[in-house]
Amino acid sequence: MPSVEVRKFVTQVEEIWHEGGPPAANPARRGAIAAVIANPYAGRYVEDIAGFMDDLKPLGLEMAKRLIDALGGDPQHIEGYGKGAIVGSAGEQEHGALWHVPGGYAMRELLGGAKAIVPSAKKVGGLGTHLDIPITHKDASYVRSHFDAIEVGINDAPRANEIVLVLAMTTGPRVHARVGGLAASQIKGEDGLR
Amino acid sequence: MSASIRKIITVVEETRIEGGQAVSPPTKRAAAIAVIENPFAGQYVENLDPLIAIGEELGGLLAERAVAALGIAGDKVESYGKAACVGAEGELEHAAAILHPKLGAPFRKVLTKGAALIPSSKKRGGPGAPFDIPLGHKDAAFVRSHFDGMEVRVNDAPRANEIVVAIAVTDSGRPHPRVGGLQKSEIKGEDGLR
Repeated sequence: MPSVEVRKFVTQVEEIWHEGGPPAANPARRGAIAAVIANPYAGRYVEDIAGFMDDLKPLGLEMAKRLIDALGGDPQHIEGYGKGAIVGSAGEQEHGALWHVPGGYAMRELLGGAKAIVPSAKKVGGLGTHLDIPITHKDASYVRSHFDAIEVGINDAPRANEIVLVLAMTTGPRVHARVGGLAASQIKGEDGLR
Repeated sequence: MSASIRKIITVVEETRIEGGQAVSPPTKRAAAIAVIENPFAGQYVENLDPLIAIGEELGGLLAERAVAALGIAGDKVESYGKAACVGAEGELEHAAAILHPKLGAPFRKVLTKGAALIPSSKKRGGPGAPFDIPLGHKDAAFVRSHFDGMEVRVNDAPRANEIVVAIAVTDSGRPHPRVGGLQKSEIKGEDGLR
């Protein structure tokens, strides 16, 4: 099995005080962590790639841990999440899909039973390509105040033979959320949707 | 005047491999970025003292954030830099007022010292404009291994009436420096140059 080689970690945290409206008393934070790894399948078509998902599990857990720490260290404060991948030009979008299982389950494991599907985005791109990571509430996908997104990008990645793997988390709703819908206080938490 | 801050962002990069060779220990650098309102957007004002005061306030605040994100004590910081990106309706001189007269003293206080000039850059741009924070050794500007730069970017800033102000700190120079020049072990630390 190929080993996972991390060239670089990039962690970013946004603390949002306002967006033209009343400043927040407790500013919500949005964070993302990206790992730049070597793509073991770059430059050729490989049929059997699924085993790499297991290889990525320890990295997923390490990234989720680092991101929770960057957002204050308490998993109880995390309310939204998302994930994504940018595959360098010698790879396939399918290589980015390898991140669904290890990335998603790592966050669920550390956040204690988050039920909602982890929204995701992926694409093939070059150095400095930016990707919008979709965000939803971790316990109920329909919570409207928590539909959000974080843009990530690294100026020197991905090179052609690399993949940028990303996890994202938020500690609250959009700063001036006011378009109704299911509220976080109304979550039943049974099916991951409502 | 106190800065009207819309958002604060921190970014940490940890480089573990460069040029295919392991970097041990990994090099780390961090930026702290504030998105503030430009009180003089759209008008020519002769006296820029309020922006100078904002620079003094941000020097301490951003230095604290960046050093915390880097995860080391302030006196262990090796290099530093600062930069600003002014929105469409502002002047480069507005960035100069924030960066040059008073930002440095509180920044250096967080690091306990810093004899060298803090390298800087400024530009005008729209939301998402990337800008580069130049980096140099904090005690001796001629240390060649520490000539570097860090690109930052905020996808939704600066709006026309905003300024993005950023500082960066590192725990090291470039990964695998090998172009000679003054070494950090040779620093005299008297004049900020050597």
